Amino acid sequence: MTMKRKFGLGCALLGAVGLTTAADAAEQITFVSQGGAYQQAQTVAILDPSAKKLGITINQDSIPDAWPAIKTQVGSGKPIWDVVDTPTGYCLRGGEQGLIEKLDFSKIPNAAAMPEAYRNPYSVSYEFYSSVLAYSQKTFPKDAPNSWADFWDVKKFPGRRALRNHPIATLEAALMADGVAPDKLYPLDVDRAFRKLEEIKPHITVWWTSGAQSAQLLNDGEVDMEMAWNGRVSAVAKEGAKVAYTYNQGILQSTSLCILKGAPNLETAVKFLNEAVDPVHQANLPLHIDYGPGNPKAFETGVIKPERAAQLPSEPANAAKQALMSYAWWSSPAGEAAEKRWASFMQK
Amino acid sequence: MTTSVPDPSQKHQRREHGLMLALVSPALLVILALIVLPVGWLAWQSIYHDGFTLENYRRVFTEDVYWRSFALTFEISLAVTGIALLLGYPVAYLANSVPKGWSILILSLVVLPFWTSVLVRAYAWLALLQRTGVINQFLRYLDVISEPLALVHNTFGTVVATVHILLPFMVLPLYATMQKIPNDLMQAGASLGASPSLTFMRVFLPLSLPGVLAGCTMVFVLCLGFYITPELLGGGRTVMVSMLVSRNVELYNQFGAASAVAVVLLLGVLAIFFVVSRFISLDRVLGQK
Repeated sequence: MTMKRKFGLGCALLGAVGLTTAADAAEQITFVSQGGAYQQAQTVAILDPSAKKLGITINQDSIPDAWPAIKTQVGSGKPIWDVVDTPTGYCLRGGEQGLIEKLDFSKIPNAAAMPEAYRNPYSVSYEFYSSVLAYSQKTFPKDAPNSWADFWDVKKFPGRRALRNHPIATLEAALMADGVAPDKLYPLDVDRAFRKLEEIKPHITVWWTSGAQSAQLLNDGEVDMEMAWNGRVSAVAKEGAKVAYTYNQGILQSTSLCILKGAPNLETAVKFLNEAVDPVHQANLPLHIDYGPGNPKAFETGVIKPERAAQLPSEPANAAKQALMSYAWWSSPAGEAAEKRWASFMQK
Repeated sequence: MTTSVPDPSQKHQRREHGLMLALVSPALLVILALIVLPVGWLAWQSIYHDGFTLENYRRVFTEDVYWRSFALTFEISLAVTGIALLLGYPVAYLANSVPKGWSILILSLVVLPFWTSVLVRAYAWLALLQRTGVINQFLRYLDVISEPLALVHNTFGTVVATVHILLPFMVLPLYATMQKIPNDLMQAGASLGASPSLTFMRVFLPLSLPGVLAGCTMVFVLCLGFYITPELLGGGRTVMVSMLVSRNVELYNQFGAASAVAVVLLLGVLAIFFVVSRFISLDRVLGQK
């Protein structure tokens, strides 16, 4: 998710134009996401309709990794951003460090209606993606690997493998390979996960660091199976590569919306937050990009056709096959310790 | 002449110095504002975070992850320097001994890849070295190998691509030094009956050593800070120091943890410069004289 490209300049310019014409007439907020095709999809599906409905101006900015900027902006005491779309873990961590506003869900009815696992005191799920098991259909025309246990089974499924060079989702996969049920993962048994990873380590050709790299590995046939983000795999498949993935035992991850502590337009930001997770706006998002809506009610609106819904990570039947990532665990001390342990695992 | 009038040439020289300083000052200000201050600020953060702390340095010196990364970085840099010298010396020698037109051609060929983005070159090596890459497919076509060789996603691939990128930094100082070796010396050696190889060993090689040292220092120091090449071609296992720096920003969410790693590397580089400068004047390493 961090590799979505910037198109911030264009947005900033557009925003600036909007600012000069509408600033004194209407309320406004500054919204920040990760740029690229992803932010464009949001603009069409969510941001423009929300701005129209609320009669506000939404100034856009984009940044691949918002976390350092959140820290500096709030640290300076005068943040310029209001609402940020960033991986849920950062919203939580930011909340605990006093960088993110605590949400009053009575003012955000759309979010209050969402399942509790889809929100936390500081943020609301905005969109879903999944870390899935992807494979080459050339190597596995039939009997493809269908679980992390299969991925770990180098005898039954010979071939080159890649995993992400990051503990998040990878530890979950290792535990599922070791027989832990997707809904019984947390708190993670970190020792057990690393033991299982030691087992597969000699068979991993590449530990990838960027989404683009994972796509290239699969596309070029450099690896036969790997963990990858669903949107990356479907993009490669659309280009004509013989690749596929399974949602079975995927790790469902999300980015969330949160509001910076001391945001200049707090009240409008709260209004926008409610509007942004409106089921209909949310249902429009997957019509423009391969990410699932953050609000599961979007699937009940009829906007998403059943065949499209079946492709999306957060569609209820797909979601049921997957593990829902606990960002609360990852931002706990145990999670942070696991993240630090990763480096020494990699270099041994 | 014994007059109390100040030497006019000295006065003139002083005025010229003043003018030079005035001309240089905008550049100095830019360097100060854009390099010295931010770097200083980052270094400061490594020892100051809600009060003075040596925690960041304690981590660097006690956790073996860091030690392994530093060791790997120095190993890779040494290997790259050695290979670049072996490849670069003959090229520089050739460019020095052929007529001018040819030497321009050779040097252009050396510098040409230099103008291509490092990222593009890393991907080019990926296309050559990976399992389905040109080299493996060619070797399999010739039946030399039955299984593809692991040429990339490891230290080997990193070293190959890094040598490619840094080769000009070896060839150019070597060539510059060789240019200054008078040809008469070789002829004198020959006229005294020495064989070409003996003249080379006894006369040319020793005289080219400053260039060797200059080139090696450049390549070694630049290699220490390589980031994108090991990141793309190292397969995740080749963790060089620069990657630790970036990882620490993510892991500890503060610049100090990353900055400490960079400071240690910087001090290491300065130490190397110091040692090298005992053998050779730094001016020459930096290509001044």
